[in-house]
Amino acid sequence: MSNQTLTHGIRLDALSRSSNKMYLKNEKICLRANDLRLFYGEKQALKNINLDIPEKRVSAFIGPSGCGKSTLLRCFNRMNDLVDNCRIEGSIDLYEQDIFAKGVDVAELRRRVGMVFQKPNPFPKTIYENVAYGLRLQGVKSRRQLDEVVEKSLKGAALWDEVKDRLHDSALGLSGGQQQRLVIARAIAIEPEVLLLDEPASALDPISTLKIEELINKLKTDYTIVIVTHNMQQAARVSDFTAFMYMGELIEFNDTDTIFTNPQQKQTEDYITGRYG
Amino acid sequence: MDKSSIGQHISQQFNIELEEIRSRVLAMGGLVEEQIANAIKSLIDADVNLAQAVIENDINVNAAEVAIDEECSHVIARRQPAASDLRLIVAVIKTITDLERIGDQAERIARMGMHLAELERPKNNYIEIQAVGERVRQMVHKALDAFARMDIGTAIEVAEDDLSVDQEYDGIMRQALTFMMEDPRSITRMLDVMWTARAIERIGDHAKNISEYVIYLVKGKDVRHTSLEQIQKQLKSD
Repeated sequence: MSNQTLTHGIRLDALSRSSNKMYLKNEKICLRANDLRLFYGEKQALKNINLDIPEKRVSAFIGPSGCGKSTLLRCFNRMNDLVDNCRIEGSIDLYEQDIFAKGVDVAELRRRVGMVFQKPNPFPKTIYENVAYGLRLQGVKSRRQLDEVVEKSLKGAALWDEVKDRLHDSALGLSGGQQQRLVIARAIAIEPEVLLLDEPASALDPISTLKIEELINKLKTDYTIVIVTHNMQQAARVSDFTAFMYMGELIEFNDTDTIFTNPQQKQTEDYITGRYG
Repeated sequence: MDKSSIGQHISQQFNIELEEIRSRVLAMGGLVEEQIANAIKSLIDADVNLAQAVIENDINVNAAEVAIDEECSHVIARRQPAASDLRLIVAVIKTITDLERIGDQAERIARMGMHLAELERPKNNYIEIQAVGERVRQMVHKALDAFARMDIGTAIEVAEDDLSVDQEYDGIMRQALTFMMEDPRSITRMLDVMWTARAIERIGDHAKNISEYVIYLVKGKDVRHTSLEQIQKQLKSD
């Protein structure tokens, strides 16, 4: 439909089908899993995962407990390196660079690919020091630079207004929802490219959950976000793309509208509608 | 989605709620079908009492729409249905709107029947109205059957039937015009016949709409405002 205007100033194109549906094929790819297989000892936890995570979008992983979604998430910044007996085959590319290649600096990888966990884990330090921590590790000493980054990150995490008058109080005095946003502020202080969120709101009350979701929506203009969630409605609310995993396999990955209105795989359908699998 | 899948939720209560909604839609459909049949019969038999009953009964059709709408709102609020469950709820909400409008058309036919009962009868006693009226009643029946069995094939048949109803409608209109030109005294009567034919033709359109919701429900494809050939092509491409 054209930009034709009706007599009452209503634009015709405002009535046409909304075109904000997203298509994977139009997206720039940030992370790519190629034939990824992961074993804990003898047990295979991920089976030939092929997946493209689009840049500056929110991708959600859903699936029943033990389906491998957190395991897959942890691969993206090599958190599984820390697990004994864990063996990985296949590859993951971050902007077409294999993150498992020899010579990759894992600390640098984790700076580029930040992570936030289910339970907020602030350090037993002040609010200010929590956010400044990563920069201090990088050797930043300038007070002015630290002040700037702390303010910017806390604003970015939608926490600034609530804590600006008590930056030097202990972070442990914050509520759970505030702590989780503080951890997100800490993660974005070092300017990562990707944020991995592992059940970021499952320990929070509904209002704090909504604040985190609102924050996710805001953050995606600057970061590629991957979120693991047990809450399907949350995946439906916050994500642009949704992956459904089951027993270590990626069953379906598509735009969130399609997954929640007309999934192509029966297993996906059964899971999101709460049917017997 | 197929019919059996309504009862497979882990939540038994959800199964019960969806099944309840589904059977209420079918009950409302049954009522509407009866309204059409009685409206046509009252017109053909010049039965004023039956026409009056149809007019009074429309209130029950309206009440059914309101009740089912409310149940659907409850399911949306409490269950946040997704995928085929969501499509079922959307299809039901739209289906009952069309059923309610069919009810209104049946009421209109009954009113025309009351007018015509007071006028001189034609030799053929409105056989063409009876024929096309029976055809659209069957279309509504088929559309509801397609909904009940979640059967695409039957839904497409309804869309096909609508084409021939439209043709019959054109035929009745042409014939009425001819009568009016031949004998201006027939104009009053023929206007009622035209209104009746129009109401019947509208019922066919509503039945076709319902069959389109069935296709949406089963296949997740929105086929409104597309031609029959396009619908068939789209469904084949799966």
